[in-house]
Amino acid sequence: MLEESREELMRFMLLFSRQGKLRLQKWYLATSDKERKKMVRELMQVVLARKPKMCSFLEWRDLKVVYKRYASLYFCCAIEGQDNELITLELIHRYVELLDKYFGSVCELDIIFNFEKAYFILDEFLMGGDVQDTSKKSVLKAIEQADLLQEEDESPRSVLEEMGLA
Amino acid sequence: MPGQRVFLHSRTLPVRMVAPSLKLQDLIEEIRGAKTQAQEREVIQKECAHIRASFRDGDPVHRHRQLAKLLYVHMLGYPAHFGQMECLKLIASSRFTDKRVGYLGAMLLLDERHDAHLLITNSIKNDLSQGIQPVQGLALCTLSTMGSAEMCRDLAPEVEKLLLQPSPYVRKKAILTAVHMIRKVPELSSVFLPPCVHLLHERHHGKAVGLPILCFSSVDRRIENRMGTPAHRRRVAHTHRHTRNRLSCPWPPPFTSPTLTPGILLGTITLITELCERSPAALKHFRKVVPQLVQILRTLVTTGYSTEHSISGVSDPFLQVQILRLLRILGRNHEESSETMNDLLAQVATNTDTSRNAGNAVLFETVLTIMDIHSAAGLRVLAVNILGRFLLNSDRNIRYVALTSLLRLVQSDHSAVQRHRPTVVDCLQETDASLSRRALELSLALVNSSNVRAMMQELQAFLESCPPDLRADCASGILLAAERFAPTKRWHIDTILHVLTTAGTHVRDDAVANLTQLIGGAQELHAYSVRRLYNALAEDISQQPLVQVAAWCIGEYGDLLLEGNCEEIEPLQVDEEEVLALLEKVLQSHMSLPATRGYALTALMKLSTRLQGDNNRIRQVVSIYRSCLDVELQQRAVEYDTLFRKYDHMRAAILEKMPLVERDGPQADEEAKQSKEAAQLSEAAPAPTESQASQLLDLLDLLDRASGDAQHPPPLDPSPGGALVYLLDLPCAPPPPAPIPDLKVFEREGVQLNLSFIRPPENPALLLITITATNSSEGDVTNFICQAAVPKSLQLQLQAPSGNTVPARGGLPITQLFRILNPNKAPLRLKLRLTYNHFHQSVQEIFEVNNLPVESWQ
Repeated sequence: MLEESREELMRFMLLFSRQGKLRLQKWYLATSDKERKKMVRELMQVVLARKPKMCSFLEWRDLKVVYKRYASLYFCCAIEGQDNELITLELIHRYVELLDKYFGSVCELDIIFNFEKAYFILDEFLMGGDVQDTSKKSVLKAIEQADLLQEEDESPRSVLEEMGLA
Repeated sequence: MPGQRVFLHSRTLPVRMVAPSLKLQDLIEEIRGAKTQAQEREVIQKECAHIRASFRDGDPVHRHRQLAKLLYVHMLGYPAHFGQMECLKLIASSRFTDKRVGYLGAMLLLDERHDAHLLITNSIKNDLSQGIQPVQGLALCTLSTMGSAEMCRDLAPEVEKLLLQPSPYVRKKAILTAVHMIRKVPELSSVFLPPCVHLLHERHHGKAVGLPILCFSSVDRRIENRMGTPAHRRRVAHTHRHTRNRLSCPWPPPFTSPTLTPGILLGTITLITELCERSPAALKHFRKVVPQLVQILRTLVTTGYSTEHSISGVSDPFLQVQILRLLRILGRNHEESSETMNDLLAQVATNTDTSRNAGNAVLFETVLTIMDIHSAAGLRVLAVNILGRFLLNSDRNIRYVALTSLLRLVQSDHSAVQRHRPTVVDCLQETDASLSRRALELSLALVNSSNVRAMMQELQAFLESCPPDLRADCASGILLAAERFAPTKRWHIDTILHVLTTAGTHVRDDAVANLTQLIGGAQELHAYSVRRLYNALAEDISQQPLVQVAAWCIGEYGDLLLEGNCEEIEPLQVDEEEVLALLEKVLQSHMSLPATRGYALTALMKLSTRLQGDNNRIRQVVSIYRSCLDVELQQRAVEYDTLFRKYDHMRAAILEKMPLVERDGPQADEEAKQSKEAAQLSEAAPAPTESQASQLLDLLDLLDRASGDAQHPPPLDPSPGGALVYLLDLPCAPPPPAPIPDLKVFEREGVQLNLSFIRPPENPALLLITITATNSSEGDVTNFICQAAVPKSLQLQLQAPSGNTVPARGGLPITQLFRILNPNKAPLRLKLRLTYNHFHQSVQEIFEVNNLPVESWQ
């Protein structure tokens, strides 16, 4: 029987600021809330301690971590085993490109104020840690369609309705 | 705040009434406006109270907004468990907005540990069958993110159905959901295997490739027979019934659009990879499609894909990497498959554009595959060379993966990796510690007997400048490599010496022992070693391992140090005082560890038999340390001092040079030394000073005639062996059972003479008398000589005295040992003659010792 542990699996992806504020966390392996918090705290410390001239890969616990800093945000993926770190870098870059296209010159504030959109885009790009579609166009089209559906769905509300008075 | 967004619904509205809820973005703004942690907590707690109330009230309109806010604060680390049920409600709603947020909430707040998670199974089932693509997408995504094993089992049939959907959007998601399901429930492999084959059979751009369509039912049954427990089989049979029913329908089902979009191909390859990893049956099955996979990849690489799917000019690198991964799994341990892919791998390896990371990522995956399958030798060399080229890449990340991979290959493909040794050594200069560490590991692994000299030079240069956290590894790596590949012993000693000088504090504990053993075993290098170590020590006494070895060496081979000629090193003029001074410096230095001081003290002691001059200085030091606060040193000093005073006859033997030790033999520790020494004691018996004894016989004759008390000598005991045998039996330190009290026999103007007696229990005929001359006066005693006489029936041996000067005011005493053999147990009589200078006068005293204790001869 082949080995139990899968050769490549992305465990999780984190986005966090230079001040150590979490902006997104996507877990692809069932982990308890407590354990997640611990891992996030630890990993953030390790990554934030890295100097700018260091390479994008590091070993942490039994995982490989691939991270890249874009402006004030760190994009961090934890992968397993015999993984190809270079392709993970491409994956991270792809995601950033998608965000950039969607928000138009994305900055950290976009991700803060529209965190749910960041998740939606990620979920269109990756599933279970695997790439769904290499085509940016395809992914963005899907998001667009979903956004449209959401808009159509939300029938226009009056201001009073908004205030809960009608 | 710079860059602050202005929102459409800013708070220009009138005062909040009846708690209309904050919009998400307003809340975020408010939280970010908080100046302190406490303030933030306050804002959030207040809002959470609102949210909780809203949930209680069951407001469907704003529920999605409330949950979104809750998810935000959850990300900040605040509790959000009370939102779990709301996720369920939102998912069950018909509004897309609700579902979107609800599913997101489920993915963030629910996991398989919560019982609530099962409750969304039904909603997912409904959403999957509703046919609204974005909704199906949400459901599939959620299932693949947090679906537990139970959920996966329940929903497998639904997902399977969707694999055959016309819509590529849903299909590709369903395929990847299947990947997750197989991870969670490996038995589901059997469910997803048939559709996989079919999906692969479909070709994009309408081109059909003839591939035998397998008989799925037989495949099913084969896999089913491999199922484990009956419970498993039942469960799988349940899903199988579903499958089997559908198998009676025409297969493949008619499609409106046969085109296989790239997304589907990517997903399919991923799914097949997962299947092959989980199920040996699937592995065997998909080996048959290796030719097809090779063709797909070849097409991808040569004729290229749409620009839409290219990254940095490389065709769909994600797909290429995925196919390469699958080929790796299929080719592993399988000659035939490996052979089929050899050409393609060579093609990809040589044709991929390496100017950007995307190309290098593909190239890297190719290398990984080549190394893992049964590739031709030439292909393996090609792969190693690619890694070697990576080492020269300006991108640090690429150098990192190259070093890591080469490390994995250095054992299996040693000669291929050796070719890149110079590049590897260059990487030692990396500023990034994770790279230099790997370069170090790899460099050490590349050392062999032919390159050891050159490599050691590089590594030693590195040792001098490397970052502190690599020092220990570098030092021990060098020492290990030196041990394995040293071309000559001298080179070996030099290397160790250099390591100890450069990184002495970072070497492992056994380095000292190893070096002493090495030196000890290389007799031809004793002179060389001791000189080099002496020089090193004279320069720097701070590096403890070095100091310890040097001290040991000087102690052992001090005589060679003073001889002054050794061809291999510049002539060194060292005199005894300098050597002693250096050791004393080590002994006294605050930098010296207790162990080091022990080494120094022992070395000093050994020198007492190696050096020509008198031992006053050494004896003085030893005496001082008798009251040292360090217990270990104190004990040593006391023992050494006793060795001087009472066991002087054994001192030379005990302090003999250590015998040459086999390199592989046990470490020569104190016990071994003792036992070996004992064997050599037969040669080491000190020469008795017979001339003195014969001079006094005249005196004794007078005595004998005068006393007339001479007893009739009892019959002679046949004494076993001679003096030599007794020496062997003598324990070093333990006192005899009933210690005989000391006796003061002489006193004049502050000069005193004491006798101490020892009757070794193993040898009743032997009496050891140690005389001790002390001087409490203001004037030194010089030219001190003591002579003794005993009755004829006794044998007397006088050993050399420790000196002939007793400095004034309690200076270091003179001791001398008398050995008296009295086999007949004749009454002991002792006559002493003392001559010395004191207060510028010659003194001579002759007297018989009175009150000799009877225990000394009975």
